[in-house]
Amino acid sequence: MSTTLLAPGFADSSHDAQRLFRSVLDAFSHPGRVVELRDAPAGPGTLSPAAAAFLLTFADRETPLWLEAGLDKQEVRDFLRFHAGTPIVQAREAATFAVIIAGGGEPFAGFAIGSDTYPDRAATLVIEVPSLEDGPVTIWRGPGIDGEVRVAIDGLGDGFWPAWTANHALFPCGVDLVFASGSRLIALPRSVAVEA
Amino acid sequence: MPDATIQDTQGQDGAYNYAYLDEQTKRMIRRAILKAVAVPGYQVPFGGREMPLPYGWGTGGIQVTAAIIGREDTLKVIDQGADDTTNAVSIRRFFARVAQVATTTHTEEATIIQTRHRVPETPLTDGQILVFQVPIPEPLRMLEPRETETRTLHALSEYGVMQVSLYESIARHGRIAKTYNYPVMVNGRYIMSPSPIPKFDNPKLDRSPALQLYGAGREKRIYAVPPHTPVKSLDFDDHPFEVETWSESCALCGSTESFLDEMIVDDTGKRLFVCSDTDYCEGRR
Repeated sequence: MSTTLLAPGFADSSHDAQRLFRSVLDAFSHPGRVVELRDAPAGPGTLSPAAAAFLLTFADRETPLWLEAGLDKQEVRDFLRFHAGTPIVQAREAATFAVIIAGGGEPFAGFAIGSDTYPDRAATLVIEVPSLEDGPVTIWRGPGIDGEVRVAIDGLGDGFWPAWTANHALFPCGVDLVFASGSRLIALPRSVAVEA
Repeated sequence: MPDATIQDTQGQDGAYNYAYLDEQTKRMIRRAILKAVAVPGYQVPFGGREMPLPYGWGTGGIQVTAAIIGREDTLKVIDQGADDTTNAVSIRRFFARVAQVATTTHTEEATIIQTRHRVPETPLTDGQILVFQVPIPEPLRMLEPRETETRTLHALSEYGVMQVSLYESIARHGRIAKTYNYPVMVNGRYIMSPSPIPKFDNPKLDRSPALQLYGAGREKRIYAVPPHTPVKSLDFDDHPFEVETWSESCALCGSTESFLDEMIVDDTGKRLFVCSDTDYCEGRR
Protein backbone atom coordinates (compact mmCIF):
# COMPACT_ATOMS: atom_id res chain seq x y z
CA MET A 1 0.00 0.00 0.00
CA SER A 2 1.29 3.38 -1.00
CA THR A 3 1.96 5.79 1.81
CA THR A 4 2.17 8.94 -0.32
CA LEU A 5 -0.46 11.51 0.51
CA LEU A 6 -2.73 12.97 -2.11
CA ALA A 7 -1.90 16.62 -2.80
CA PRO A 8 -4.77 18.93 -1.84
CA GLY A 9 -6.99 20.48 -4.50
CA PHE A 10 -9.07 23.63 -4.11
CA ALA A 11 -9.86 24.74 -0.59
CA ASP A 12 -13.08 26.31 -1.80
CA SER A 13 -13.99 24.64 -5.10
CA SER A 14 -16.63 27.02 -6.40
CA HIS A 15 -14.90 30.33 -5.65
CA ASP A 16 -11.33 29.17 -6.29
CA ALA A 17 -12.37 27.82 -9.69
CA GLN A 18 -14.17 31.08 -10.49
CA ARG A 19 -11.18 33.27 -9.60
CA LEU A 20 -8.76 31.05 -11.49
CA PHE A 21 -11.07 30.96 -14.50
CA ARG A 22 -11.15 34.76 -14.58
CA SER A 23 -7.35 34.87 -14.42
CA VAL A 24 -7.08 32.43 -17.32
CA LEU A 25 -9.76 34.35 -19.24
CA ASP A 26 -7.71 37.50 -18.67
CA ALA A 27 -4.67 35.68 -20.06
CA PHE A 28 -6.54 34.43 -23.16
CA SER A 29 -8.05 37.89 -23.72
CA HIS A 30 -4.59 39.47 -23.49
CA PRO A 31 -2.09 37.07 -25.10
CA GLY A 32 1.41 37.71 -23.79
CA ARG A 33 0.22 39.09 -20.46
CA VAL A 34 1.81 37.32 -17.48
CA VAL A 35 -1.02 36.34 -15.15
CA GLU A 36 -0.40 35.41 -11.53
CA LEU A 37 -2.71 32.71 -10.16
CA ARG A 38 -3.14 33.77 -6.56
CA ASP A 39 -5.24 30.79 -5.53
CA ALA A 40 -3.30 28.08 -7.32
CA PRO A 41 -2.98 24.90 -5.22
CA ALA A 42 0.56 23.58 -4.77
CA GLY A 43 -0.27 20.55 -6.88
CA PRO A 44 1.38 17.16 -6.81
CA GLY A 45 4.91 18.53 -7.18
CA THR A 46 5.72 17.23 -10.64
CA LEU A 47 3.18 19.62 -12.14
CA SER A 48 3.65 23.37 -11.71
CA PRO A 49 1.01 25.06 -9.55
CA ALA A 50 -0.18 26.96 -12.64
CA ALA A 51 -0.67 23.75 -14.66
CA ALA A 52 -2.39 22.07 -11.71
CA ALA A 53 -4.67 25.09 -11.24
CA PHE A 54 -5.50 25.23 -14.95
CA LEU A 55 -6.48 21.56 -15.01
CA LEU A 56 -8.57 21.71 -11.83
CA THR A 57 -10.37 24.75 -13.26
CA PHE A 58 -11.21 23.31 -16.69
CA ALA A 59 -10.80 19.53 -16.71
CA ASP A 60 -13.43 17.03 -15.64
CA ARG A 61 -14.81 13.67 -16.69
CA GLU A 62 -15.74 15.07 -20.12
CA THR A 63 -12.21 16.17 -21.02
CA PRO A 64 -9.60 13.46 -21.72
CA LEU A 65 -6.10 14.48 -20.70
CA TRP A 66 -2.75 13.53 -22.23
CA LEU A 67 0.37 13.68 -20.07
CA GLU A 68 3.95 13.75 -21.30
CA ALA A 69 5.92 10.70 -20.12
CA GLY A 70 8.00 12.79 -17.68
CA LEU A 71 4.81 13.99 -15.97
CA ASP A 72 2.86 10.76 -16.09
CA LYS A 73 3.58 9.82 -12.47
CA GLN A 74 1.34 8.07 -10.00
CA GLU A 75 0.94 11.18 -7.80
CA VAL A 76 -0.10 13.27 -10.83
CA ARG A 77 -2.61 10.66 -11.98
CA ASP A 78 -4.02 10.31 -8.47
CA PHE A 79 -4.26 14.07 -8.07
CA LEU A 80 -6.13 14.61 -11.34
CA ARG A 81 -8.36 11.55 -11.04
CA PHE A 82 -9.39 12.39 -7.51
CA HIS A 83 -9.90 16.14 -7.79
CA ALA A 84 -11.06 16.44 -11.42
CA GLY A 85 -12.19 12.93 -12.41
CA THR A 86 -10.26 13.36 -15.64
CA PRO A 87 -9.69 10.32 -17.87
CA ILE A 88 -5.99 10.09 -18.76
CA VAL A 89 -5.45 8.92 -22.34
CA GLN A 90 -2.47 7.63 -24.30
CA ALA A 91 -3.62 8.82 -27.75
CA ARG A 92 -2.82 12.47 -28.42
CA GLU A 93 -5.73 12.90 -30.84
CA ALA A 94 -8.23 11.95 -28.13
CA ALA A 95 -7.10 14.64 -25.69
CA THR A 96 -8.98 17.85 -24.89
CA PHE A 97 -6.12 18.99 -22.67
CA ALA A 98 -2.46 18.01 -22.51
CA VAL A 99 0.52 18.87 -20.36
CA ILE A 100 3.87 19.01 -22.12
CA ILE A 101 7.40 19.74 -20.93
CA ALA A 102 9.05 22.45 -23.02
CA GLY A 103 11.99 21.54 -25.22
CA GLY A 104 10.73 18.41 -26.94
CA GLY A 105 10.43 18.05 -30.71
CA GLU A 106 7.14 18.36 -32.63
CA PRO A 107 5.25 19.75 -29.64
CA PHE A 108 1.82 20.01 -31.36
CA ALA A 109 1.93 16.95 -33.62
CA GLY A 110 -1.04 14.63 -33.32
CA PHE A 111 -3.29 16.83 -31.15
CA ALA A 112 -6.81 17.73 -32.27
CA ILE A 113 -6.92 20.97 -34.25
CA GLY A 114 -10.68 21.05 -34.81
CA SER A 115 -12.27 21.16 -38.24
CA ASP A 116 -13.23 24.01 -40.57
CA THR A 117 -16.85 23.60 -39.50
CA TYR A 118 -16.08 23.00 -35.78
CA PRO A 119 -12.76 24.73 -35.00
CA ASP A 120 -13.68 24.71 -31.29
CA ARG A 121 -13.00 20.95 -31.14
CA ALA A 122 -9.29 21.56 -30.75
CA ALA A 123 -6.95 20.72 -27.89
CA THR A 124 -5.56 23.18 -25.37
CA LEU A 125 -1.95 22.39 -24.46
CA VAL A 126 -0.30 23.42 -21.22
CA ILE A 127 3.46 23.75 -21.71
CA GLU A 128 5.69 23.68 -18.65
CA VAL A 129 8.51 26.20 -19.13
CA PRO A 130 11.40 27.21 -16.82
CA SER A 131 10.67 30.95 -17.14
CA LEU A 132 8.14 33.29 -18.73
CA GLU A 133 10.51 36.25 -18.93
CA ASP A 134 14.13 35.16 -19.34
CA GLY A 135 14.06 33.63 -22.82
CA PRO A 136 14.68 35.02 -26.31
CA VAL A 137 12.35 37.91 -27.18
CA THR A 138 9.47 37.23 -29.57
CA ILE A 139 6.91 39.70 -30.91
CA TRP A 140 3.23 38.75 -30.76
CA ARG A 141 0.41 40.33 -32.78
CA GLY A 142 -3.29 39.52 -33.02
CA PRO A 143 -6.67 39.69 -31.29
CA GLY A 144 -6.38 40.81 -27.68
CA ILE A 145 -3.12 42.65 -28.31
CA ASP A 146 -3.00 46.43 -28.71
CA GLY A 147 -0.48 46.64 -31.54
CA GLU A 148 2.23 44.22 -30.47
CA VAL A 149 3.65 42.73 -27.30
CA ARG A 150 7.14 41.40 -26.52
CA VAL A 151 7.28 38.01 -24.82
CA ALA A 152 10.40 36.15 -23.70
CA ILE A 153 9.45 32.58 -22.79
CA ASP A 154 12.46 30.40 -21.99
CA GLY A 155 13.19 26.73 -22.59
CA LEU A 156 11.33 26.23 -25.90
CA GLY A 157 13.17 24.12 -28.45
CA ASP A 158 14.59 25.36 -31.77
CA GLY A 159 11.68 24.11 -33.83
CA PHE A 160 9.04 25.56 -31.53
CA TRP A 161 8.25 28.91 -33.16
CA PRO A 162 8.28 27.56 -36.74
CA ALA A 163 5.83 24.89 -35.51
CA TRP A 164 3.69 27.67 -34.01
CA THR A 165 3.71 29.59 -37.29
CA ALA A 166 2.42 26.45 -39.02
CA ASN A 167 -0.27 26.08 -36.34
CA HIS A 168 -1.30 29.74 -36.66
CA ALA A 169 -1.59 29.29 -40.45
CA LEU A 170 -4.31 26.68 -39.85
CA PHE A 171 -6.61 29.34 -38.36
CA PRO A 172 -9.50 29.00 -37.55
CA CYS A 173 -8.26 25.49 -36.76
CA GLY A 174 -5.24 24.85 -34.54
CA VAL A 175 -4.29 24.21 -30.94
CA ASP A 176 -4.26 26.86 -28.20
CA LEU A 177 -1.39 27.10 -25.72
CA VAL A 178 -0.86 27.98 -22.09
CA PHE A 179 2.74 28.47 -20.91
CA ALA A 180 3.03 27.64 -17.21
CA SER A 181 5.86 28.46 -14.85
CA GLY A 182 5.48 28.34 -11.07
CA SER A 183 2.11 29.89 -10.27
CA ARG A 184 2.08 32.14 -13.34
CA LEU A 185 0.97 31.63 -16.91
CA ILE A 186 0.79 33.21 -20.36
CA ALA A 187 -1.84 32.20 -22.94
CA LEU A 188 -1.26 31.94 -26.68
CA PRO A 189 -4.47 31.38 -28.65
CA ARG A 190 -4.17 30.15 -32.25
CA SER A 191 -5.27 33.58 -33.54
CA VAL A 192 -1.95 35.19 -32.55
CA ALA A 193 1.00 35.48 -34.95
CA VAL A 194 4.48 35.24 -33.41
CA GLU A 195 7.62 36.76 -34.88
CA ALA A 196 10.61 34.92 -33.43
CA MET B 1 -15.62 25.13 9.62
CA PRO B 2 -16.69 22.86 6.71
CA ASP B 3 -20.24 24.07 7.30
CA ALA B 4 -19.16 27.66 6.75
CA THR B 5 -17.57 26.75 3.41
CA ILE B 6 -20.63 24.93 2.21
CA GLN B 7 -22.91 27.75 3.31
CA ASP B 8 -20.67 30.21 1.53
CA THR B 9 -20.86 28.54 -1.86
CA GLN B 10 -24.63 28.44 -1.81
CA GLY B 11 -27.08 31.12 -2.80
CA GLN B 12 -28.63 33.38 -0.23
CA ASP B 13 -31.53 31.03 0.32
CA GLY B 14 -29.27 27.99 0.46
CA ALA B 15 -31.14 26.11 -2.23
CA TYR B 16 -28.83 26.75 -5.17
CA ASN B 17 -25.17 26.43 -5.97
CA TYR B 18 -23.25 29.71 -6.14
CA ALA B 19 -24.43 31.72 -9.20
CA TYR B 20 -27.30 29.27 -9.80
CA LEU B 21 -25.52 26.89 -12.22
CA ASP B 22 -23.81 23.73 -10.94
CA GLU B 23 -20.00 23.54 -11.14
CA GLN B 24 -19.97 21.01 -13.99
CA THR B 25 -22.12 23.31 -16.15
CA LYS B 26 -19.97 26.33 -15.32
CA ARG B 27 -16.83 24.42 -16.34
CA MET B 28 -18.43 23.44 -19.65
CA ILE B 29 -19.44 27.06 -20.34
CA ARG B 30 -15.99 28.29 -19.30
CA ARG B 31 -14.34 25.91 -21.77
CA ALA B 32 -16.67 27.19 -24.50
CA ILE B 33 -15.77 30.80 -23.60
CA LEU B 34 -12.02 30.07 -23.88
CA LYS B 35 -12.50 28.59 -27.37
CA ALA B 36 -14.74 31.52 -28.32
CA VAL B 37 -11.97 33.95 -27.32
CA ALA B 38 -9.39 31.87 -29.26
CA VAL B 39 -11.50 32.01 -32.45
CA PRO B 40 -13.02 35.52 -32.46
CA GLY B 41 -16.48 35.69 -34.04
CA TYR B 42 -16.94 31.92 -34.33
CA GLN B 43 -20.09 30.58 -32.63
CA VAL B 44 -19.16 27.84 -30.17
CA PRO B 45 -21.98 25.37 -29.40
CA PHE B 46 -22.56 24.77 -25.69
CA GLY B 47 -24.91 22.71 -23.57
CA GLY B 48 -27.44 25.40 -22.73
CA ARG B 49 -29.43 24.78 -19.54
CA GLU B 50 -32.98 25.54 -18.53
CA MET B 51 -32.97 28.86 -16.73
CA PRO B 52 -35.66 30.24 -14.43
CA LEU B 53 -36.95 32.62 -17.07
CA PRO B 54 -38.22 32.18 -20.63
CA TYR B 55 -36.14 32.16 -23.81
CA GLY B 56 -35.97 35.68 -25.16
CA TRP B 57 -35.43 37.18 -21.72
CA GLY B 58 -31.67 36.75 -21.72
CA THR B 59 -31.07 33.10 -20.90
CA GLY B 60 -27.86 33.04 -22.97
CA GLY B 61 -26.44 36.17 -21.40
CA ILE B 62 -27.40 34.96 -17.93
CA GLN B 63 -25.59 31.63 -18.41
CA VAL B 64 -22.45 33.42 -19.56
CA THR B 65 -22.64 35.84 -16.63
CA ALA B 66 -23.28 32.97 -14.18
CA ALA B 67 -20.18 31.15 -15.45
CA ILE B 68 -17.88 34.15 -15.07
CA ILE B 69 -19.23 36.06 -12.06
CA GLY B 70 -17.62 36.00 -8.60
CA ARG B 71 -17.97 37.70 -5.26
CA GLU B 72 -15.45 40.40 -6.20
CA ASP B 73 -17.48 41.54 -9.21
CA THR B 74 -19.74 44.53 -9.55
CA LEU B 75 -22.59 43.88 -11.96
CA LYS B 76 -24.52 46.30 -14.14
CA VAL B 77 -27.46 45.14 -16.26
CA ILE B 78 -29.08 47.22 -18.98
CA ASP B 79 -32.04 46.66 -21.24
CA GLN B 80 -32.14 48.98 -24.27
CA GLY B 81 -29.69 51.22 -22.42
CA ALA B 82 -31.81 51.54 -19.29
CA ASP B 83 -30.98 50.20 -15.82
CA ASP B 84 -34.57 50.47 -14.59
CA THR B 85 -36.53 48.35 -17.07
CA THR B 86 -38.13 45.01 -16.11
CA ASN B 87 -35.57 42.72 -17.72
CA ALA B 88 -32.61 44.65 -16.29
CA VAL B 89 -34.07 44.87 -12.78
CA SER B 90 -34.99 41.19 -12.61
CA ILE B 91 -31.59 39.96 -13.88
CA ARG B 92 -29.75 42.30 -11.50
CA ARG B 93 -31.83 41.04 -8.58
CA PHE B 94 -31.28 37.44 -9.69
CA PHE B 95 -27.50 37.77 -9.45
CA ALA B 96 -27.60 39.86 -6.28
CA ARG B 97 -29.50 36.94 -4.77
CA VAL B 98 -27.74 33.85 -6.17
CA ALA B 99 -24.20 35.27 -6.42
CA GLN B 100 -24.19 37.88 -3.66
CA VAL B 101 -22.52 40.41 -5.91
CA ALA B 102 -22.55 44.16 -5.64
CA THR B 103 -24.63 45.82 -8.32
CA THR B 104 -24.37 49.26 -9.81
CA THR B 105 -25.93 51.42 -12.49
CA HIS B 106 -22.69 53.29 -13.16
CA THR B 107 -20.86 52.00 -16.22
CA GLU B 108 -17.39 52.92 -14.95
CA GLU B 109 -17.89 51.04 -11.62
CA ALA B 110 -18.99 47.76 -13.21
CA THR B 111 -16.65 44.83 -13.85
CA ILE B 112 -19.36 42.90 -15.74
CA ILE B 113 -22.07 44.60 -17.78
CA GLN B 114 -24.83 42.38 -19.10
CA THR B 115 -26.73 44.09 -21.88
CA ARG B 116 -29.78 43.65 -24.01
CA HIS B 117 -29.50 45.60 -27.25
CA ARG B 118 -27.19 48.51 -26.37
CA VAL B 119 -23.53 49.29 -25.71
CA PRO B 120 -23.07 51.94 -22.99
CA GLU B 121 -22.17 55.45 -24.17
CA THR B 122 -19.39 55.72 -21.57
CA PRO B 123 -16.22 54.19 -23.11
CA LEU B 124 -15.34 50.81 -21.60
CA THR B 125 -11.93 50.02 -20.13
CA ASP B 126 -9.43 47.16 -19.86
CA GLY B 127 -10.72 44.55 -17.42
CA GLN B 128 -14.42 45.15 -18.03
CA ILE B 129 -16.52 42.38 -19.62
CA LEU B 130 -19.56 43.16 -21.72
CA VAL B 131 -22.05 40.25 -21.91
CA PHE B 132 -24.59 40.47 -24.74
CA GLN B 133 -27.95 38.73 -24.78
CA VAL B 134 -28.36 37.31 -28.28
CA PRO B 135 -31.68 36.11 -29.76
CA ILE B 136 -30.39 34.82 -33.14
CA PRO B 137 -26.61 34.32 -33.20
CA GLU B 138 -26.35 33.30 -36.86
CA PRO B 139 -26.00 36.43 -39.06
CA LEU B 140 -26.79 34.38 -42.18
CA ARG B 141 -29.91 32.72 -40.77
CA MET B 142 -32.43 34.98 -42.54
CA LEU B 143 -30.62 34.31 -45.82
CA GLU B 144 -30.01 30.57 -45.34
CA PRO B 145 -32.23 28.65 -42.92
CA ARG B 146 -30.18 25.42 -42.83
CA GLU B 147 -27.61 25.20 -40.02
CA THR B 148 -25.49 22.73 -42.03
CA GLU B 149 -25.27 25.27 -44.86
CA THR B 150 -24.49 28.33 -42.74
CA ARG B 151 -21.81 26.34 -40.92
CA THR B 152 -20.23 25.45 -44.29
CA LEU B 153 -20.44 29.07 -45.45
CA HIS B 154 -18.56 30.18 -42.31
CA ALA B 155 -16.01 27.38 -42.76
CA LEU B 156 -15.28 28.51 -46.31
CA SER B 157 -15.55 32.22 -45.44
CA GLU B 158 -18.10 32.32 -48.28
CA TYR B 159 -20.05 35.47 -47.52
CA GLY B 160 -21.28 36.51 -50.97
CA VAL B 161 -24.90 35.96 -49.92
CA MET B 162 -24.56 38.65 -47.24
CA GLN B 163 -23.03 41.16 -49.66
CA VAL B 164 -25.87 40.43 -52.11
CA SER B 165 -28.48 41.09 -49.44
CA LEU B 166 -26.86 44.44 -48.60
CA TYR B 167 -26.70 45.26 -52.33
CA GLU B 168 -30.41 44.40 -52.72
CA SER B 169 -31.16 46.80 -49.88
CA ILE B 170 -29.33 49.56 -51.76
CA ALA B 171 -31.14 48.68 -55.01
CA ARG B 172 -34.50 48.87 -53.23
CA HIS B 173 -33.99 51.77 -50.80
CA GLY B 174 -31.01 53.66 -52.18
CA ARG B 175 -29.00 52.85 -49.05
CA ILE B 176 -28.31 49.94 -46.67
CA ALA B 177 -31.59 50.09 -44.74
CA LYS B 178 -30.58 47.77 -41.89
CA THR B 179 -30.53 49.82 -38.68
CA TYR B 180 -29.96 47.20 -35.97
CA ASN B 181 -28.24 43.81 -35.79
CA TYR B 182 -26.00 45.22 -38.53
CA PRO B 183 -23.52 42.48 -39.58
CA VAL B 184 -19.84 42.89 -38.80
CA MET B 185 -16.61 41.21 -39.89
CA VAL B 186 -14.46 40.17 -36.92
CA ASN B 187 -10.69 40.21 -37.36
CA GLY B 188 -11.13 39.81 -41.12
CA ARG B 189 -12.37 36.23 -40.82
CA TYR B 190 -15.90 35.66 -39.45
CA ILE B 191 -19.09 37.56 -40.15
CA MET B 192 -20.82 37.98 -36.79
CA SER B 193 -24.15 39.20 -35.51
CA PRO B 194 -23.49 41.97 -32.98
CA SER B 195 -26.94 41.14 -31.46
CA PRO B 196 -29.79 43.61 -32.01
CA ILE B 197 -27.85 46.69 -30.96
CA PRO B 198 -28.52 49.78 -33.10
CA LYS B 199 -25.88 50.22 -35.80
CA PHE B 200 -25.06 53.42 -33.89
CA ASP B 201 -23.21 51.15 -31.41
CA ASN B 202 -21.23 49.14 -33.98
CA PRO B 203 -18.19 51.47 -33.96
CA LYS B 204 -17.90 50.94 -30.17
CA LEU B 205 -17.21 47.23 -30.76
CA ASP B 206 -14.15 47.99 -32.90
CA ARG B 207 -10.87 47.61 -30.99
CA SER B 208 -12.64 48.03 -27.65
CA PRO B 209 -10.35 47.53 -24.64
CA ALA B 210 -13.12 45.49 -22.97
CA LEU B 211 -13.82 41.79 -23.59
CA GLN B 212 -17.10 41.13 -25.41
CA LEU B 213 -18.94 37.85 -24.74
CA TYR B 214 -22.15 36.92 -26.57
CA GLY B 215 -24.59 34.31 -25.26
CA ALA B 216 -27.56 32.85 -27.13
CA GLY B 217 -29.71 30.65 -24.86
CA ARG B 218 -32.28 29.24 -27.24
CA GLU B 219 -29.72 28.56 -29.97
CA LYS B 220 -27.07 27.46 -27.43
CA ARG B 221 -24.16 29.40 -28.87
CA ILE B 222 -21.38 31.48 -27.29
CA TYR B 223 -19.07 33.77 -29.21
CA ALA B 224 -16.58 36.46 -28.31
CA VAL B 225 -14.57 39.44 -29.44
CA PRO B 226 -11.30 39.84 -27.49
CA PRO B 227 -10.03 43.34 -26.62
CA HIS B 228 -8.35 45.41 -29.36
CA THR B 229 -9.84 43.22 -32.12
CA PRO B 230 -10.88 44.83 -35.42
CA VAL B 231 -14.67 44.74 -35.90
CA LYS B 232 -15.74 46.16 -39.26
CA SER B 233 -19.33 46.91 -40.22
CA LEU B 234 -19.97 45.54 -43.72
CA ASP B 235 -20.39 48.11 -46.47
CA PHE B 236 -19.40 49.02 -50.03
CA ASP B 237 -16.78 51.50 -51.26
CA ASP B 238 -19.52 53.70 -52.77
CA HIS B 239 -21.95 53.13 -49.86
CA PRO B 240 -19.78 53.41 -46.75
CA PHE B 241 -21.16 52.44 -43.33
CA GLU B 242 -22.81 55.34 -41.50
CA VAL B 243 -24.46 55.63 -38.09
CA GLU B 244 -27.74 57.31 -37.25
CA THR B 245 -27.77 61.03 -36.48
CA TRP B 246 -30.46 63.20 -34.94
CA SER B 247 -31.32 66.84 -35.53
CA GLU B 248 -32.68 66.94 -31.94
CA SER B 249 -30.74 66.76 -28.70
CA CYS B 250 -31.67 64.93 -25.47
CA ALA B 251 -34.54 66.78 -23.73
CA LEU B 252 -33.14 65.89 -20.30
CA CYS B 253 -29.36 66.33 -20.58
CA GLY B 254 -28.92 68.09 -23.91
CA SER B 255 -26.55 65.50 -25.35
CA THR B 256 -26.11 65.64 -29.09
CA GLU B 257 -23.81 62.62 -29.19
CA SER B 258 -25.79 59.78 -27.62
CA PHE B 259 -28.37 57.37 -29.04
CA LEU B 260 -31.81 58.97 -28.60
CA ASP B 261 -35.18 57.31 -27.98
CA GLU B 262 -38.28 59.01 -29.33
CA MET B 263 -41.13 59.24 -26.80
CA ILE B 264 -44.75 60.26 -27.37
CA VAL B 265 -45.65 62.22 -24.24
CA ASP B 266 -49.33 63.21 -24.61
CA ASP B 267 -52.55 62.50 -26.50
CA THR B 268 -51.85 65.15 -29.11
CA GLY B 269 -48.71 63.36 -30.29
CA LYS B 270 -46.14 65.67 -28.71
CA ARG B 271 -42.71 64.09 -29.12
CA LEU B 272 -39.65 64.12 -26.94
CA PHE B 273 -36.15 62.75 -27.56
CA VAL B 274 -34.18 61.38 -24.60
CA CYS B 275 -30.96 59.40 -24.18
CA SER B 276 -31.43 55.63 -24.34
CA ASP B 277 -28.50 55.19 -21.90
CA THR B 278 -30.02 56.25 -18.56
CA ASP B 279 -26.74 56.20 -16.61
CA TYR B 280 -24.99 58.41 -19.17
CA CYS B 281 -27.96 60.82 -19.20
CA GLU B 282 -28.20 61.07 -15.40
CA GLY B 283 -24.47 61.69 -15.15
CA ARG B 284 -24.79 64.74 -17.40
CA ARG B 285 -27.73 66.40 -15.65
